[in-house]
Amino acid sequence: MSDFQGRDVLSIRELTKSDIQLVLKTAKKMVPIAVGTRRSRALEGRILATLFFEPSTRTRLSFESAMARLGGRVLGFSGTEGTSVQKGETLADTIRMVEAYSDVIVLRHPQEGAARLAAEFTEKPVINAGDGAGQHPTQTLLDLYTIWDEKGAFQGQNVTLVGDLKYGRTVHSLTYALAELGAHLTFVSPPTLEMPREILEHVKERGLTFRTAHRLEEVIRDADVLYVTRIQRERFPDPQEYESIAGSYRVDEAILRDAKRGLIIMHPLPRLTEIAPEVDRTKHAVYFKQASNAVPVRMALLDLILGGAE
Amino acid sequence: MRELRVTPIKNGTVIDHIPAGLALKVLKILGIGDSVTSTVTVTMHVPSRAMGWKDIVKVEDRELGSREIDKIALIAPTATVNVIRNYNVAEKRRVTLPDRAVGILRCANPNCISNVREPIESEFMVRSKNPLRVVCKYCDRELEEIVAHIV
Repeated sequence: MSDFQGRDVLSIRELTKSDIQLVLKTAKKMVPIAVGTRRSRALEGRILATLFFEPSTRTRLSFESAMARLGGRVLGFSGTEGTSVQKGETLADTIRMVEAYSDVIVLRHPQEGAARLAAEFTEKPVINAGDGAGQHPTQTLLDLYTIWDEKGAFQGQNVTLVGDLKYGRTVHSLTYALAELGAHLTFVSPPTLEMPREILEHVKERGLTFRTAHRLEEVIRDADVLYVTRIQRERFPDPQEYESIAGSYRVDEAILRDAKRGLIIMHPLPRLTEIAPEVDRTKHAVYFKQASNAVPVRMALLDLILGGAE
Repeated sequence: MRELRVTPIKNGTVIDHIPAGLALKVLKILGIGDSVTSTVTVTMHVPSRAMGWKDIVKVEDRELGSREIDKIALIAPTATVNVIRNYNVAEKRRVTLPDRAVGILRCANPNCISNVREPIESEFMVRSKNPLRVVCKYCDRELEEIVAHIV
């Protein structure tokens, strides 16, 4: 029995280095089942409830696929229309009800802290699938899996995060996790969208060195992993300023001329213009593979939490 | 002159060395409002050798428990608490900051689940005592301007 059995997964920071390593190794074993070349009934008779108080097609479908691939069943809703939530039911009551129908609950909610609240009202394990601008730990796990699977290790890798580092929750969680796992970090953003100070302090406290830059050209040649995020239009009151700033962080063939041969480019998707379509054809592009890694990683979590036979 | 302002009480609790201007917040934290049945004396802006200026709160006929008192530490870590019995100081205590503040502070994040109609109390974890830094248990955000967010 693993430490994971029956456990909530609410925030990446609650997972230790060895927890993360266990998930990644388990995910690797899940790949043949995830792609359908092997069959599994490890979670037969188990029920996953997917409670999506706001839609997130990719996250929901990959959880549902993960459960189905392991022989389990799924029930739930996406969007609150027609549910008791619309009648004004509290989240606490919804959770108490769903507890009776399922073995594990995956929750997506527009408000920060919703998953923690949910976990307080049920004995069943709760997996946070995104709570407002808060945590989305399974996204971080699949990002970590992608780096580990492509590069074989974290230590010695120069992971360069680029884009909106101030508001992007994905890059915050990823930074916390990589600080545990010992990667070298480089942060590239416009001056107004820099990584929050407390996160940089945390990296320093973990004894790691990092680098910050405002121009991608300055650091691209040292990067082993380039993690690109979207710079959102609403962060800039002046549309022209947005166009010019977003444009200066665009990843295209020209900027990749200086890159290492083995550089991998990641993106949580959906992307807009921050990665040029021409990059898709290069060996650097792993963002679609990253998205497909969602299934084995979520299978691994479900299997570890529910104590499947695999 | 000073004796006139700060008269002794027979039984109850005297909270001394409150940073000047925070006496009313202390009452708020202690839940002392309209429903109180004894005399409450608030003395504000009293000269203090140690602090320059301070506030003092006296609650007659009520001995505050240490859990109640410790809540005060969130805004007034310098406060001292004297339990008075028959005009004498029966106990003298310093406040100690608890590790958690439950139901005392409101999260400043409007999108935090603790700010909507759910059957929970707000809860903050004390991340650092000096300087005081507290973090919401639910949304994980640090609360700035702690005094302004007392429930």
